[in-house]
This record gives sequence, C-alpha cells and structure tokens, in this order.
Amino acid sequence: MRPRNPFVMDCGVFTTNYREDMAIIHHPGAKLKVLAVIAFFLVFPFMVGPYYVSVANLIGIAIIGAIGLNILVGFTGQISIGHGAFMGVGAYAAGILTATLGLSFWIALPVGGLVAALIGGLFGVPSLRLKGLYLAIATLAAQVIIEFVIVHWPALTRGPAGMVLPAPTIGGITLDDDTSFYYLILIITLAAIVFALNLFRTRTGRAFMAVRDRDLAAAVMGINIFKYKVTAFAVSSFYAGVAGALWGHYLGVISPEHFTIHVSILYLAMIIVGGLGSVMGAIYGACFMTLLPIVLRELADAFGRSFGGLTHVMLSMQEAVFGLLIILFLIFEPDGLAKMWRNVKNYFKLWPFSY
Amino acid sequence: MAPQLVIDGLTLHFGGVTALAGIYQEVNRGEILAVIGPNGAGKTSLLNCISGLYRPSGGRIVFEDREITRLPPHRRAELGIGRTFQNIELFKHMTVLENLMLGRHVRMSSGLFSGGLYWGRARREEEQHRRRIEEIIDFLEIEGIRHKAVGTLAYGLQKRVELGRALALEPQLLLLDEPMAGMNLEEKEDMARFILDVAEEWGTTMILIEHDMGVVMDISDRVTVLDFGRKLAEGTPEEIQRNPLVIKAYLGKH
Repeated sequence: MRPRNPFVMDCGVFTTNYREDMAIIHHPGAKLKVLAVIAFFLVFPFMVGPYYVSVANLIGIAIIGAIGLNILVGFTGQISIGHGAFMGVGAYAAGILTATLGLSFWIALPVGGLVAALIGGLFGVPSLRLKGLYLAIATLAAQVIIEFVIVHWPALTRGPAGMVLPAPTIGGITLDDDTSFYYLILIITLAAIVFALNLFRTRTGRAFMAVRDRDLAAAVMGINIFKYKVTAFAVSSFYAGVAGALWGHYLGVISPEHFTIHVSILYLAMIIVGGLGSVMGAIYGACFMTLLPIVLRELADAFGRSFGGLTHVMLSMQEAVFGLLIILFLIFEPDGLAKMWRNVKNYFKLWPFSY
Repeated sequence: MAPQLVIDGLTLHFGGVTALAGIYQEVNRGEILAVIGPNGAGKTSLLNCISGLYRPSGGRIVFEDREITRLPPHRRAELGIGRTFQNIELFKHMTVLENLMLGRHVRMSSGLFSGGLYWGRARREEEQHRRRIEEIIDFLEIEGIRHKAVGTLAYGLQKRVELGRALALEPQLLLLDEPMAGMNLEEKEDMARFILDVAEEWGTTMILIEHDMGVVMDISDRVTVLDFGRKLAEGTPEEIQRNPLVIKAYLGKH
C-alpha cells in the first residue's frame, strides 16, 4: 500500500446519509485516535507517580469548570466573573449534604450541581437588561454576595474555618487516594465533554450561539432570548457546581478562600487562552493554566539549584511570566490554543506544499 | 375572505419624531405586497412593528384574526411570521446548515437534556429537520456551500442564505426588507425568481420593501407607497405608476 500522509484525513470520506454527515467524528481514523486517547487516560495512573495523577485530577476538575464557563461566555456571549462563586455554591451544597447531613456523595454531587444551577440562573436574570461590561459587574455582585454569605453564615457553612468533607464510597471502596478519585473524575469529565459537544449540534446549543451572534435575528427566528440566557447561566453553573463539589470532596476540605474572585478570573483566563466558543478550547485552556504554574515552579527550582541566590527572585518572577503569557495570547492568537492546534493540523494537511 | 394581516391606525414615535402616523393596511393571503417610498418614509419601521422588534405607540396589528400588537418577536415567529433584514443579520460564525437549522427552531421541540444526550427523539428530530433543510438548500441552489461559514460567503449568496433561513421557518407571512439591495442584475433576477417560486410553491404571503422599481412593478400584486410615515397611495403596480401623488413624491417630476 502506498504510504500516505497521516494528517490528511478528510480526503475520500463520503457520507451517504444525514446521520453520518452530522456525526461529531467523521473519519474512522479519527475515531481510532479518540479511542487511543481514552485508552491512554485509562492506563495513565499506572504509568506515572501519584503526584502526576493528582495534577491530572486537578486538570480534570478544571476542564469541567472551564467547559461550563465557556458555555456561558464563549457560546452564549454573556460575560461572567462569578464562576468561582458558583463553584463554591456547588461545593458547599454538596458538602453540607455529605458532611452535615451524612447523605451519600452520589446524591450530593448532582444536587450540588442543581443548587448551583438554580443560584446561577437567578443571578442570570439581570442579563435581560444588561449586556457586556454591565453584565460583568452584575456577576461580580454575585461573586461578592455568595462569598459574603459563605463567610457570614457559620451555622450552615462553618464560616471562614471551612468544612471537612468525607471521601465518597462506592460498593465498600472508599475513594480516598489519587488513583481511585482519578477514575471518578475521568468519567465525569468525559461525560461533561460529550454532553457539551452534543449540546452545540442540537437545537438548544444553536439557540445559545444565535443569542451570542445576533440577538435580534435570534428573536425573529422564534428564540426566546431571555429564556436561553438564563438557561445558559443555569447550565454553566451546573458544570461549575459539579466541578466545585468534586474539587471539595477531592481535597477533603473547603473554605471560602477556595472560591474567590481569583478563581473566577483564572477560569476566564483558561477559556480565553484555550479558545472562546470551543469545547476543545476549554480543555486545552484548562490543561495549560493548570500546568503553567507547575512548570514555572519547576523551572524556578532548577534555576535556583544552579544559582543559589536566585530562587527567591525566580519564584516571584512566576506571576509576571504567567501574566505575560496571557497578554501574548490575547495579542497573537485571540482564538486561543484551539485555533493554534487547528492551524498546525491544517499546515500538515498540505505539507510539504504551502497551499 | 378576511385579509390575513390587518394593520389598523399604526403609529410609532421615536421621541418627538413620528416614524409612522396612523397607517392602515390590509394584506391578503398569498399576495406579494410591495412597500415603497423614499428613505426615511417608515418602511423598515413598519416591518419592525409587524415582526415585533418595535413596540408601536398606537394602533393594532391583527394576524390571522389574532391581535399580536403586544406579542414579543419570538411568539410572532411561532405564529408563522418570518423575515429577512436589510443589512444581512445572519449568524456569521455558523455554517449555512446551522443557520438554516436555526430557522427551524420553532418547528422543533427537543430541549436541553435530550439534545445534550443526543439520544432517541432529539437525534431523530435533527435528522428529520436536516431533510427539510436540504429541500430548501436544493430550492435555493446552494448545495455547494452548505458546510461553509456564512461570514466567508459572497454578499449575494449571504442574501440567499438569509432568505433560506426565513423559509426554513415555514412562514405564513414573510417580510423581506430589501432582498435585492446591492445586487447586480443577474443576482436580482435570481432573487426575483426565488420570490415568485416561493409564492407559487408554498403560497406564502409576502411583504416586500424594494427600491428597484422595475422589480417592484414586475413581481408584486399590489403596491403601497409611504412618505414621511403616512400612506400616500395603494393599488396595483399600474395604478401606482399613474398616480400623480406618487409621481410627485417619489418618482420625481418628468
């Protein structure tokens, strides 16, 4: 058989019915690739030490949260800087159910998501009248109010001291180490990705994008703009709530410091760096923003070993490099890592020709 | 037979400016009504009142024996009022297919969960409606661009896609705001043919704003002339061409 360019996948693939044409993954080769990636992540904990598994867990949780924020900001065009607080709502709602009321984690996780969806939908109501920066300030109010409630309602949340959460159990097995939690996070992350991909090829997801692109035209097409804006807030907050509940039970402890405005900004940075309005972009952004500080710290340590006195300086440089990278992304690739990856693939499709 | 659409005493003020001053207009089922008039005459304002983007200051709009004056735009779309815009209002980042599927929004019913799970009904529904969309793609002869992002298409094609999106709604009443603006002669002829075909195949009632008098006189059944928010005249194309008021206000003195 003639050797072929492995990047050229689109050629010679013909669909004979609408179901095939509307599939998320067109090409049989791409299906194999996806299966290979999933298989890799299934055996991942056996190939690396527990530290890297814990990093993977944090990335998985960040992916769920970032997809949630991208549904709202990237796909529906509603800016939110309250995402961290909505994660907190999910974490605390689930935590109160497991730690205070002693209910099962498997009930607490979806309920945490639903409570976050309810609160998120409520704070989405101002989007009827507010757009852009004004809406951003309204969601900032959500962030401040929710943080305030968490700190000042100790009877429910134990206030600034935080709560200790029990590890989830399933069939007599306690998920109390990194590897067992890894599989829980992997399954939920995959479900979150598939749900989002499906959402944006069906009626509701298209309506979200229509509201983002041209809200008047959307209304004339029969889309109830207000309903879909609030729905987007609720879905986004559901993702945030599930991510928060997972995070809390993974760490085993939650406190108000976990859900500050810094978290909200970090998630915004994830989807901007990864690519607004792209599920894959949220995934790349979550990986990038979780790994970046770790890589920078390793680098600082390495430099510090060679030049003893510099460790201190290098550690403070971290923050500056972090900020600089985000600025560079905004300037040179506003469509984010998702676009960069597409560009690389397109380049190799035609390689060695330039067009 | 009662008219499909009755506009009775429609008035619209923007601050101190009167955009529409007591317009009365009947539109019969299945006819093509052209609305003409100089710039600022209130033509687009009239369409915006019918599709619900503007709230009129006074008067009533009755569509198929039902008062719709206060209904929000998405409810009117559900009743079967579709429209296109003067400056193309397509969803630019989406493909032609996605734009047309958005046009079918009110004819579909799957919700958030069935869509996200893409299971059973939602999946069947997407496939069924894709089939209907392909009929429109076929009708408008845009097969080759169905997977292209709309923002990358030429202007004339975008106008055609926008007509397709409005048709996907299966409208009883279709509002066309300058469907041929900025087109060359060939594109205008194509668009005129599509409009006549729509009328013939589906019997859709159409209200059409157009500046090209040749097109207006050729394809419309009746013509209404607006000037400074008032109705100047109404009649068949021949009557309008002979009407001295119209000639004075709009077509200019000869």
